[in-house]
Amino acid sequence: MSTKKKATRVSYGEALKELGSEHEDLVVLEADLASATKTDIFRAAFPDRHIECGIAEQNMYDIAAGMSTAGLVPFASTFAMFSAGRAYEMIRNTIGYPHLNVKIAATHGGISVGEDGASHQCCEDFGLMRLIPGMIVMCPCDDAETKAMVRWAYEYQGPVYMRFSRAASDAVHEDGYVFEPLKAEVLRDGKDCAVIAAGLMVSEALLAAEILEQEGISVRVLNMHTIKPLDEEAVIRAAQECGCIVTAEEHSVIGGLGEAVCACISENCPVPVKRIGVNDAFGHSGPAAQLMKEFGLSADHIVSAVRELAGRKH
Amino acid sequence: MNYEEKKRLKIAAADIRMGIMTSTHAAGSGHPGGSLSASDIIAYLYTREMNVDPQNPQWEDRDRFVLSKGHAAPALYSALALRGFFDEKELLTLRQCGSRLQGHPNMNLTPGVDMSTGSLGQGFSAAAGMAKAAKMKGKKFRVYALCGDGELEEGIIWEAVMFAVKYRLDNLCMIVDCNGLQIDGKTIDVMPMEPLENRFAAFGCDVVRLNGHDFEDIEKGFDRFERNRGSGKVTVLLMDTLKGKGVAYMEEMAEWHGRAPDDRQYELAMAELEAHRRALEAL
Repeated sequence: MSTKKKATRVSYGEALKELGSEHEDLVVLEADLASATKTDIFRAAFPDRHIECGIAEQNMYDIAAGMSTAGLVPFASTFAMFSAGRAYEMIRNTIGYPHLNVKIAATHGGISVGEDGASHQCCEDFGLMRLIPGMIVMCPCDDAETKAMVRWAYEYQGPVYMRFSRAASDAVHEDGYVFEPLKAEVLRDGKDCAVIAAGLMVSEALLAAEILEQEGISVRVLNMHTIKPLDEEAVIRAAQECGCIVTAEEHSVIGGLGEAVCACISENCPVPVKRIGVNDAFGHSGPAAQLMKEFGLSADHIVSAVRELAGRKH
Repeated sequence: MNYEEKKRLKIAAADIRMGIMTSTHAAGSGHPGGSLSASDIIAYLYTREMNVDPQNPQWEDRDRFVLSKGHAAPALYSALALRGFFDEKELLTLRQCGSRLQGHPNMNLTPGVDMSTGSLGQGFSAAAGMAKAAKMKGKKFRVYALCGDGELEEGIIWEAVMFAVKYRLDNLCMIVDCNGLQIDGKTIDVMPMEPLENRFAAFGCDVVRLNGHDFEDIEKGFDRFERNRGSGKVTVLLMDTLKGKGVAYMEEMAEWHGRAPDDRQYELAMAELEAHRRALEAL
């Protein structure tokens, strides 16, 4: 594993620039946050295809919907709070219902937004977007995965929600890695417990697996970059082969990856589960790293959860 | 506009109004009031103004129409049937399970529907997106969006107006069906916004008030839109109308916003519309 750190929002901006040079029909919509969502990287290269909508996110998503019907492929970016949150009904009715080819790129997801505090820390977006029929919901864990995911989203016909982080991620993938769309990625195999993680929690899960290995507990780590549609086969296999599951996400324990996994295994192969996530609370201001610990989103918390579940099995 | 053309348009509008009554009566629900108020405007758009092809509803260069006041779907469906997008018998399936004619327009089900609408304010915003895309792609097609006057209370309308003005979308025409009524009463009581001319002018639009039941006035509006092409100006046509226009007992009655006629009311309405149509043909 490389130690190079980069925020997935930066990788998103770079991916747009790369794709923009290959595809004339790719357009980027922005709501006055270009330097934060990193669409300014695309804007510098393709100013005519960067459409500034001003601080009007609801309008931006419906503009994107209209543009997609005329054969353009819009990537419309703002913070997760103001896309999945503020523009929910626009996305539901004017993008989701007609199944239009709009890519919703939401940066600043989760508690790791940090100092801006609760008004900007969106821990509900997976849930909101999962509820929309036909919506693809994704969250990459590092630079390489983000770039591959954005490329896949461009090629895919239909609405896609992608959540990126403000805080930097460790590089999980080596050079030459190949993204497998809609399939969970087994980053590490193990038999005592499976940790199913997304986004920033993937590197925490890997760290936890290393710590647990020293204690003789063997952990499978699944990178669930696509939260919907859930790779149910991989989840069921994890339940059958590992016997217990810990989910880890920078999202409320309500409505997100954890609930999706619980629904899947309770119907197919019930085993004990513990969900690591934000426990039905609003965040607050503070440094990202400190907040992640305070809200229970760290390798240590995963380690405790796995110890408890794996211990119960014996 | 010559006499024969005016007569033709009036007959087309009468046909659309009969389609509205027949479909909402068959459905047992729907929104006749705001469909009837918009019938003359929609008749003009679909039989005189817009460049569309019923044989190829997805034609890339067609003019687009977005019914932002999606609850007036019966008027749109009647116009599409009249224009030959589907058989008028299908109007009888409105709002039924399995029908292509949903309570509010669905672009993936109904041939000729360019945007799924129903949640107020959003259609106009999507129409502005279409117009922006046309500009970016060098396409010549025009985009027409029909809004209700009550619908203008939605904040997104004004976000989209600012967007359209900023990007000089002179290929976008907003038509406002100013029937003065909404569910809770008169628009001036529910949320006073008049004079609308001042609001749109302040936002930078080219705005004009016209009679939405007078075909010569409607023509003036669309001529103005044509003249605005190339100028960068966004055209807004405020069309004064009567809610329920053409069916005497429904005219200017807010309660006919979202209620279908029963059998007796249906017969009464059809008798009135048929008599009106016969009188037009006899002219």
